[in-house]
Amino acid sequence: MTIHVQNLSIGRAGRRVLEGLDFTLLDGRALVLRGPNGIGKTTLLRTLAGLQPALAGKITGADDVIAYAGHSDGLKATLTVTENLLFWSEIFGNDDISKALTQFDLEALAHRPAGGLSAGQKRRLGLARLLVTGRPVWVLDEPTVSLDVASVARFAKIISHHLDTGGSAILATHIDLGLPMAETLDLTPYRAKPGAASQDEAFL
Amino acid sequence: MIALLRRDLAIAFRAGGGFGLSIAFFLIVTVLVPFGVGADVTLLSKIAPGILWVGALLACLLSLDRLFALDWEDGSLDLLATAPLPLEMVVSVKALAHWLTTGLPLVLVAPALGVLLNLPPSGYLWVLVSLGLGTPALSVIGAFGAALTVGLKRGGLLLSLLVLPLYVPTLIFGAEVARRGTAGQSVDTPLYLLAGVTLAVIALLPFASAAVLRVNLR
Repeated sequence: MTIHVQNLSIGRAGRRVLEGLDFTLLDGRALVLRGPNGIGKTTLLRTLAGLQPALAGKITGADDVIAYAGHSDGLKATLTVTENLLFWSEIFGNDDISKALTQFDLEALAHRPAGGLSAGQKRRLGLARLLVTGRPVWVLDEPTVSLDVASVARFAKIISHHLDTGGSAILATHIDLGLPMAETLDLTPYRAKPGAASQDEAFL
Repeated sequence: MIALLRRDLAIAFRAGGGFGLSIAFFLIVTVLVPFGVGADVTLLSKIAPGILWVGALLACLLSLDRLFALDWEDGSLDLLATAPLPLEMVVSVKALAHWLTTGLPLVLVAPALGVLLNLPPSGYLWVLVSLGLGTPALSVIGAFGAALTVGLKRGGLLLSLLVLPLYVPTLIFGAEVARRGTAGQSVDTPLYLLAGVTLAVIALLPFASAAVLRVNLR
């Protein structure tokens, strides 16, 4: 489940944002992406998740192993917490959501409609989805937004446990989660040179 | 797959899901037409099959823009695209859910509304059959239009313009089946063509819809 990225160039809206990226994500390790706003962290994560094609370069080992958590949580307001979580676990072919509910402290909310949750509670539910996917590589885009201090600590513990059991994670975050097995990758040196060939990629 | 269908149906039937909107629209059209056309009973029974078909088609169009837009807004479309389910299957299941919550209820209420339009007794069966055969095509074509316009602000207008021409063959053959059936003529030719259009779009369009969704997700 090792993911190799070789000489990767990615773009957003027809503009090249990052180029020449090389890194390897091993089992049990986490990679923290750093860089100023707009450098292309989200674009890189979406490319890894297979939501958009790379402009150049190669990603190997990323097929069907990635659980992606983006800026929005993919929750349905009229479904309850349990129904939301159960839906995603069934989509990924699992049926046990009790562990995810416990680990993210959602049991007391289990029968509340997701639309009535606070932003932090919604985020916890969105992240609990990662556990029910059963996928080994977590791709996380700003996972700690709107979480309180206790929840951040709880989430850091969950990621550590995930890494200890052979999983891996790549995350874009601005706060330090205190992960022992984490490497940091600063994206600033990979910023695409101005004037680098942009292309109309909308229908290619 | 079943989970996705169950979720979409659950959302449709809960508060704010939009179930009933299409039926209400269909009801309004068929109630208003006799007032507009006048109390000419023979004329009404002559145009009844066509009115029912146009009404059902427009009612179907009404709920299309929500088909992918809601999943797009809350991010679940991104997550579904990274799930093990093929996107073609996601599109098909969502079209099926749309048909079950929109097309099927329209088919079932059409005979009741036929009474308001003085539909001749010989027409009920054929209105039911032609709508039953034709409305799945409306949902599948609609899903393609919705996939094309997902992510556009106020994409509903563009969606209607894109989808309406694609609806025309289904409307022509469907209304023809209902008209000929009502008049007691042979319905074979339009019936086969209607069924052919429906089967062809069910077989082919999910691939096109999935392809445009992938482009729109970038």
